[in-house]
Amino acid sequence: MKINKQLVFNLSLAFLLFFVIHFLMSNRIISAYYQLNIYLLFINIIMATSLNLVNGFLGQLHLGHAGFMAVGAYVSAAMTTKMDLPFLPAVITGSIAAGIVGLLIGYPIFRSGRLGGDYLAIATLGFGEIVRIIFVNTQYVGGASGLSGIPRYTNWPILFFLTVATVLLIRNFINSSHGRAVLSIREDEIAAETMGINLTKYKLMAFSIAAFFAGLAGTLYAHYFFIISPNTFNFLKSVDYLVMAVLGGLGSITGSIIAASGLTIISALLQDFGALRMVAYSMILVIIMIFRPSGLMGTKEFKLSFLEEKERR
Amino acid sequence: MKNALLFYGVYNRKGVSMDIFIQQVINGLSLGSIYALIALGYTMVYGIIKLINFAHGEIYMIGAYIGFFAITSMGLGFIPALIIAMIGCAILGMAIEKIAYKPLRKSTRIAVLITAIGVSLFLQYTTVFFLRPEPRIFPKILTDGRFNIFGLKAYITYQQLTIFIVTILLVVLLQYIVHFTKTGKAMRAVAFDKDAATLMGINTNNIISITFAIGSALAGAAGVMVGVYYSAINPLMGIMPGLKAFVAAVLGGIGIIPGAFTGGMIMGVIEAMVSGYGNSLYRDAVAFLILIIILIFKPTGLFGKSEREKV
Amino acid sequence: MKILEINKLVKLFGGLAAVSKFDFYINQGELVGLIGPNGAGKTTAFNLITGVYTPTSGSINFLDESIVGLKPFVINQKGMARTFQNIRLFKDLTVLDNVRIAYHSHVKYSVFSSFFRTKAYYEEEKEVKKKAIEFLKIFRMDDKKDELARNLPYGQQRRLEIARALAAQPKLLLLDEPAAGMNPQETHDLMELIAFIRKEFDLTILLIEHDMSLVMGVCERIYVLDHGVLIANGTPEEIRGNPKVIEAYLGEES
Repeated sequence: MKINKQLVFNLSLAFLLFFVIHFLMSNRIISAYYQLNIYLLFINIIMATSLNLVNGFLGQLHLGHAGFMAVGAYVSAAMTTKMDLPFLPAVITGSIAAGIVGLLIGYPIFRSGRLGGDYLAIATLGFGEIVRIIFVNTQYVGGASGLSGIPRYTNWPILFFLTVATVLLIRNFINSSHGRAVLSIREDEIAAETMGINLTKYKLMAFSIAAFFAGLAGTLYAHYFFIISPNTFNFLKSVDYLVMAVLGGLGSITGSIIAASGLTIISALLQDFGALRMVAYSMILVIIMIFRPSGLMGTKEFKLSFLEEKERR
Repeated sequence: MKNALLFYGVYNRKGVSMDIFIQQVINGLSLGSIYALIALGYTMVYGIIKLINFAHGEIYMIGAYIGFFAITSMGLGFIPALIIAMIGCAILGMAIEKIAYKPLRKSTRIAVLITAIGVSLFLQYTTVFFLRPEPRIFPKILTDGRFNIFGLKAYITYQQLTIFIVTILLVVLLQYIVHFTKTGKAMRAVAFDKDAATLMGINTNNIISITFAIGSALAGAAGVMVGVYYSAINPLMGIMPGLKAFVAAVLGGIGIIPGAFTGGMIMGVIEAMVSGYGNSLYRDAVAFLILIIILIFKPTGLFGKSEREKV
Repeated sequence: MKILEINKLVKLFGGLAAVSKFDFYINQGELVGLIGPNGAGKTTAFNLITGVYTPTSGSINFLDESIVGLKPFVINQKGMARTFQNIRLFKDLTVLDNVRIAYHSHVKYSVFSSFFRTKAYYEEEKEVKKKAIEFLKIFRMDDKKDELARNLPYGQQRRLEIARALAAQPKLLLLDEPAAGMNPQETHDLMELIAFIRKEFDLTILLIEHDMSLVMGVCERIYVLDHGVLIANGTPEEIRGNPKVIEAYLGEES
């Protein structure tokens, strides 16, 4: 196996970051408020990166990512809180449940061809809303007031490890033959199909992989914040992730990470500016699409040039 | 969605009698008229530039606010308020197209869709910021009253009657414009084949503007009538009806004007039935269930023919 | 042996016949031309053969098997690849990726392998890259492999599209006006290249061309379409002297 210097460098940097933050947190140098935001930042990285798989790499507009997060959060929280099951099976089940819901929603949409792609935006938006309505009406998980008393199983090492794993797995997927099939659909559906790409299969694959990771983020979220309610995962939450993916660059994983981090920090510093924040976000969406449709990073990945591998033939 | 409650509320009794059934149909058709008017704008814009104009629901909301201020601040009556709202929305629709969508004519589909979502959120939250998020009570400008129907215990209110009449007049006017005027012919030509239409000397940019103007004016009219009907408006009132009207347009066959009208009416009636006989909490979910069902069984909608893609 | 056989193929677009009663066959190893004036239905015929459109009626048999109603990707996997009249490359991907995507159907490693980069992933990826570069070498584009397809000059985009189609390892290659927009020198080079790959890969080729003189030189048999109807077929000599063909082409110019 050849050694990828860039990857080694990135991973070393990541682990350095891990230990620094771990040190700061365990010695209470970081206040509880900032600690909370650091957790949120990593959960947002999982959300933005996985959303980018659909919006950036597949090129279809997905507006209900928070809905899948809700599925993961509720399924896992019900397992640990109501059934007293351990964390690991809850995380796995929650993520898989979100992935399966992704398959069920995606199948009728992607099966119906190009028209279906156009309707994905509306269908996912509606899906987010349906999930909310279902949880509001499900007394077993607390109805409208939400589910509380969820054990705090998510700790810093688990969160960090799973975030890094998510990013690596999505990167690996994109850089494989299956990932290239997904990219070709974004580029030209008709050409892709005549080159042997099964459109329905790969659209569905990208969509449900994204749903799976959103579910994972949901499980981590629920087991950090004690309480979840249907309104935690509303449409505006999905918009947050959309803005992160768009700002970072549709089709750039590092872009998603940078944008997710940046926007989480900005929101933490400027805590409550409600309507104005949404005005700013909406303007970001429009202005980026008009003046720099590729986002900050475009489809490029952040690399340090001195680490670039020399191509070996 | 606070507005969802405002949007309904009336006639939620349960029962199986004919009276109640007829009543639900009437309520459904009033609601359906609103959906139909909004759906027409969606379908016209989609037909001409293949864009789901997410901001369309917000144009309807702004229409309601224009109507509100025309009545409260300017002391106008229903008809002048309706006309002012329609003109205001037409201008707003054209402005949105010129500023946000036109620069993206050659961009990817997803870029335009994201812009549309951005414009939609922008209109919602600038309204929240400047006009406060709280609902406003729409003044009563039509006298209360109702007619009894066929001797049954079902009624049609003056407001409902107004909605029917205005909707039908507007739809007839729209059909006249689309089928019997030069602009209408040009609109159909651009929708059929934009490049060919340009070669034939049609100013496609103007036609697209006019399409946005007409669609937005219809949404504006719907906004004012909703204000009159449900007597409260708020900055987020456009989200749900906007989405449902889109589903209505898909149901009828997107890009097809009679389809949007029929789809809107069907949506309204189905919703009234669900909240009348079933659980009104699931009323909002029904629209999306319908969308999924259409996609499985007839993706081109009730009136749609499978279209040819140029390869 | 007939590799592709079409009988009474009809395609209506809202009552208008884009292709009507089209009969056609191509033998293993042949190079056949499909010509006709603008709007004759040539590209529609291609779209029907490759599954982009579904025929209104008629039969299409590929390798003795009906392919009517099959999706384009299935037909591709059975051994058919094509290019497009108005170049459809994956524009924002590199030249190398464009070719690698065509290999997709031949790659066997699973999605699991791609997530976890198993041994199978590394071995097959290495192989695919090697083969893709070999193809690019044939087209003298291996030095451009890391460039985005959109940045290539027009002539090279056309060549890349052929390289991509070829990388899918088809038995039958359909080329839709491959020389469109090229100058005479480029066209000449391209025709030589087509002759070369045909021999090298033992291909059967169906070629659409607008320019009759070009096809005369390279094709063994020619079919002529006009207004969706087959008006002639035969050897270049037979076509050259056919009054119907002359009329169809002259009619266009007048």
